[in-house]
Amino acid sequence: MADILEISHLTKRFGGLAAVNDVSFSVPEGGIVGLIGPNGAGKTTIFNLITGVYSLTEGAVKFKGQSVVGLPPYKIADLGITRTFQNIRLFKNLTVFENVLTACHLSATYNIAESIFRLPRFRKEEKELVAKAEKLLEIMGLTDRRDLVANNLPYGMQRRLEIVRALALDPELLLLDEPAAGMNPDETEHLMKLIVRIRDEFKLSILVIEHHMDLIMGVCEHIVVLNFGLKLAEGGADEVANNPKVIEAYLGTTEEA
Amino acid sequence: MDWTYIQGILMLAGINLIAVLGLSLLTGFTGLFSFGHAGFMAIGAFIGALMTVSPTTTPAGLGLPFFVGVIAGGAAAGIVSYFLGRITLNLKGDYFCIATLGFGEATRLVLNNVQVFGGARGWPGIPYKSTLPAIILVDVLAVIFLANLVKSRHGRNMIAVREEELAAQISGINVFRYKMIALIVSAVYAGVAGVFFAHYMTFLQPKMFSMTKSTELTIIVIFGGLGSISGSVLGALLLTALPEILRAFEIWRLVFYGAAVILIMISRPKGLMGGMELTPAGIRKARMERKARLEALKEMKSGQDGEGSNG
Repeated sequence: MADILEISHLTKRFGGLAAVNDVSFSVPEGGIVGLIGPNGAGKTTIFNLITGVYSLTEGAVKFKGQSVVGLPPYKIADLGITRTFQNIRLFKNLTVFENVLTACHLSATYNIAESIFRLPRFRKEEKELVAKAEKLLEIMGLTDRRDLVANNLPYGMQRRLEIVRALALDPELLLLDEPAAGMNPDETEHLMKLIVRIRDEFKLSILVIEHHMDLIMGVCEHIVVLNFGLKLAEGGADEVANNPKVIEAYLGTTEEA
Repeated sequence: MDWTYIQGILMLAGINLIAVLGLSLLTGFTGLFSFGHAGFMAIGAFIGALMTVSPTTTPAGLGLPFFVGVIAGGAAAGIVSYFLGRITLNLKGDYFCIATLGFGEATRLVLNNVQVFGGARGWPGIPYKSTLPAIILVDVLAVIFLANLVKSRHGRNMIAVREEELAAQISGINVFRYKMIALIVSAVYAGVAGVFFAHYMTFLQPKMFSMTKSTELTIIVIFGGLGSISGSVLGALLLTALPEILRAFEIWRLVFYGAAVILIMISRPKGLMGGMELTPAGIRKARMERKARLEALKEMKSGQDGEGSNG
């Protein structure tokens, strides 16, 4: 399997602080990779670097063999990388349907003049966009909440809607930033199934940040552990769980140093 | 009250409406506040007048037909807004607002010193060309264009920028480009409004386009409700007519005007329409949203949040 995302020697410094320091790993095509580490380890910073929200200090990020360094976020999204946010960022005052419909925009090509004069291409493509948004809601079980304003959705569904909105862009790589945050064990269980399901149904590769270890150990084929901006370990679930350095980072040492 | 008087108020309201509609796209739909749109009105007014004024009254005048003035005034405002946008649209939130304020005031002060236009003394002799039917026609076209733009993927992208800028970028929306489009469209609308204003007053003076004018336009948009075209229409009609209705209060008129605006904003903090549209489709949408909200509430009360049932 080829690697869809290759990160090599990634470094980001904020002044004197290296939030991410010389981190290298890759995501195989069709794989689910977990990114874990204590708070402040630099996980979200890596997401911000991949999606172009921050500019990196050193290193390289390659998507399908092509460098995405220096591209603005919207172009990176256009190439096929999209994400969700740790603190949910929906279009709050729009309905569930409008949230998804808005994100479908890249599937249409009509221009502004065509929309102002309601020309044939506008009508045709707009119908396709509506159909696409409705189908996505259907697949993800949000059809009965179609007209609810996103802000009024229950928390768990807001997280799910954010994933649907990301899927509307037809991404090839999906970055999930703590998708299970604030969920109870039951909801987390559902989410695990959902992550595997969308990977298979939408033919995606997924990179997920999470603190729920059951989720990470349950769905990730490969796990990367970060601590203080450095890569501590990587490997399969068992390998990482039994790595003394990882245990130390999470639980501390028994001896006084 | 005779017809000429009422007609005058309607014309002023219609002219204000053109500018307000443009500002509605920028402020109500894209979420950028401007306190300098009187500057774009001024540019439209002076450039438009320059096209139509007869060379016999003003040496620089071109004596061209009115519609040329309308196009030139709108285009001039649009071009200026492009350059303003290039340098200011990367500013965050309030800073953009302050930059527009500076632009509006700078435009007025520059015009005060351009002797071709009569400077601060003013510029008489502009032909009276703004008729009520022409203004209504432009208003109708302006509403249709705006509604069609807002209800397209381009309009939705602008709304996404207003709602959550970072999420919009991650969704592949070129935020800068859509802010720019909103700014240019709003400037063109303001410019056209300026041309009609010039050919209604037949006399121009830079101080007509002071910050008070910019603020008035923004107040109308907020008063009508951000993100509602029908709100902007109602707001422009009501708030232009209100000072006239209040003439009975003589010197207390503007006090009552201010009090009325405050009262309405307290009772309807989201503006008159609160983002809703007064069209069959708009009312249907609002009712469906209400229904969905009530259903969700009912479900939550009955102890199930619906989370486990569909996974």
